[in-house]
Amino acid sequence: MDFLIHHFFELTITGLALGSIYALVALGYTLVYGVLQLINFAHSEVFMYGTFAVAWIVVLVHGTGSTTESLWAAAPILILALIAAMLLSGLVALLLERVAYRPLIKKNAPKLIALISAIGASFALAEIMGLRDRIAAWFGLDDNLSNYVSPGKARDLYASPVTIDPHPISWLKIGDYTVTDVDLLVIVAALAMMFALDWFVRHTRFGRGIRATAQDPESAALMGVNSTRIIQVTFFIGGLMAGAAATLYMIRVGTTRQNAGFIFGVKAFTAAVMGGIGNLRGALLGGLILGVAENYGSAILGTEWKDVVAFVLLVLILLVRPSGLLGEALGKARA
Amino acid sequence: MSRATDAVALSGQSALKGIGTGIGTGLDRGFGAIRSFFGGMPKPVKIVLLVLGVLLAYALPLLDLPIIPTTGSDFGGVLFTAASYALIAVGLNIVIGYAGLLDLGYVGFYATGAYTVGILTQYHWHWPFLLALPMAILVTMVFGVLLGAPTLRVRGDYLAIVTLGFGEIIRLVIHNTGWLGAASGISQIPPPPSIGPNPPGPDGGLFSIPHLSWGTFPNIIDVGHETHFLKFGVLDAIPYYWLMLTALAVVLVADKLIKDSRVGRAWEATREDEDAAEIMGVPTFRYKLLAFALGACIGGLSGGIYAARNGFVSPDTFVIILSELFVAAVIIGGAGNRWGAIAGAIVVAYLPERFRGFSDWRMLVFGLAMMALAIWRPQGIFPPRRTRRALAAEAEIEELEGETVDV
Repeated sequence: MDFLIHHFFELTITGLALGSIYALVALGYTLVYGVLQLINFAHSEVFMYGTFAVAWIVVLVHGTGSTTESLWAAAPILILALIAAMLLSGLVALLLERVAYRPLIKKNAPKLIALISAIGASFALAEIMGLRDRIAAWFGLDDNLSNYVSPGKARDLYASPVTIDPHPISWLKIGDYTVTDVDLLVIVAALAMMFALDWFVRHTRFGRGIRATAQDPESAALMGVNSTRIIQVTFFIGGLMAGAAATLYMIRVGTTRQNAGFIFGVKAFTAAVMGGIGNLRGALLGGLILGVAENYGSAILGTEWKDVVAFVLLVLILLVRPSGLLGEALGKARA
Repeated sequence: MSRATDAVALSGQSALKGIGTGIGTGLDRGFGAIRSFFGGMPKPVKIVLLVLGVLLAYALPLLDLPIIPTTGSDFGGVLFTAASYALIAVGLNIVIGYAGLLDLGYVGFYATGAYTVGILTQYHWHWPFLLALPMAILVTMVFGVLLGAPTLRVRGDYLAIVTLGFGEIIRLVIHNTGWLGAASGISQIPPPPSIGPNPPGPDGGLFSIPHLSWGTFPNIIDVGHETHFLKFGVLDAIPYYWLMLTALAVVLVADKLIKDSRVGRAWEATREDEDAAEIMGVPTFRYKLLAFALGACIGGLSGGIYAARNGFVSPDTFVIILSELFVAAVIIGGAGNRWGAIAGAIVVAYLPERFRGFSDWRMLVFGLAMMALAIWRPQGIFPPRRTRRALAAEAEIEELEGETVDV
């Protein structure tokens, strides 16, 4: 308890940073849910591929020798990594839609079976990443493979060789805590991504299509909305957001592994549900609340109870507001 | 089948789809034929066939049949896992298939059952197994009610994530509580008591059964390799498999009785349309809670036997992925059909073990197989009768309406 009082502002800021990464991943869940009413259980793997894309790009550009750099010195490499992660995650999401979802949507299959297909896809994607050294060997990459993966230990922790050292920003002091540049960057970047997405959904043709399909897929199709294209775009955007989240995650955490996405994905999904799944602003609210609550909870009870705090909070919120804090609203959002 | 042949001419993709549908209809027709063949027989024949089937299930680990046994791991152990998953799937089928509640935290009940037995027989007390197991069922049922009462207010996907959260909360609480053994778990849980004097000593069995051997034709009975009936040791998993199979048989009878009663119909009404059921006087909340509690205690039963077989429980065993596998078993088999749930459980427990030869690739193959099954058989391997009837009606309407507009 004392720890919470003494470090209140620090815990709030780092919680907001963590929460905004949750929120970015939560957007993927919420978008797909809004349009298809499906829980995309493989979205956590889309995020995980993004984290690997970041690690690979850093190794490719920087080499394997590990260094610690300030955020600004590493900025060019990070921008490159961001682009790569967003592209890879977006492509994985597109592939996922094509292979695991579209055949089921065409058949008008029950929702539960789509969940199974997604769980299967999630296993497969995680395993492919776990076996990446062997798959790479098929393409004759085994000679210089050690530069990209750790041979024989494919499942082990995979660390980005460039560690970002957070610097406190002297002019940004909240209470007795000085905000670091990494936390500031994570929060600002995540918020910017989310506002861009919100603008996209409200003001573009595709956004209108997404909202129309979310509201009433049949009427939307009669009005000339190409639902297949809209679903594709929705998955791709979700993937882009997950890639951005993956980059921010690698800046803050710095390590990943083939199952890194799983618990993170569950948390992000929790955030989406907390705010009201299908509601973009709800995802932001849910993510931020979850991140901050986790930090407070672990300060009071100890880090090992962090996840318990998150889930108990979710149950409490759903008891009071059974459809999330802001309700389901992608289809109801007015332009 | 003409639809399938037409599709071949169109393109590769639709050909694949056509073949998939073809196999699907073939499968349905096959099962339909078996069902009508079986249903049309006089009752004594039915009973004889059922007894033969049960005998085959019990004898399976002794027969040492070609092809079926797993090469990489002990076949008796795999059968035990398959039977315990089958029991779980039957329990979860009550929750998902009958009452229509998507429970993603079922592993929490499995853990509760296992830990109750572990704590009662070894960690804090030294109860006999036969007293601890009913207690485990009771404790799990209470947990089912405690978790169900607040959560069953939320519906659909919200329920899924809340139950997932509860499953994870149970695991994390075990992980962080010293009284429950914390991260290191509980070890040296005693096996169930052995009964009988064979072999002589405190851990005997009633009698011993030789295995079959297929190596040389005349010497078909392998006397050197025997399983002792009712001897629960460390090495031989087969007696545990029989125990689990017996529990499964008892649960199946109870499941059939309750499904065919008013309770079963109330569950189906709630699943199909909760509001309509409520208006017609079905106390839906109470029935949902009952389904949750019954499903939970069956999971606890399976977990309790698992703890006694394994001798060791730790929080690392009861992860969310296991919950997902259980749900997959029920849905792959065909939610709402108890035999389907069992078939799904066998697929989920057996396939990864059968293909242990591929070692590292087996989970990948398993994930892809799950996707393929979902896509080719969206109603499950054995859809319940109601679903098949609804599908047939839908197809008929579609045919009457003529070609539908492709969006």
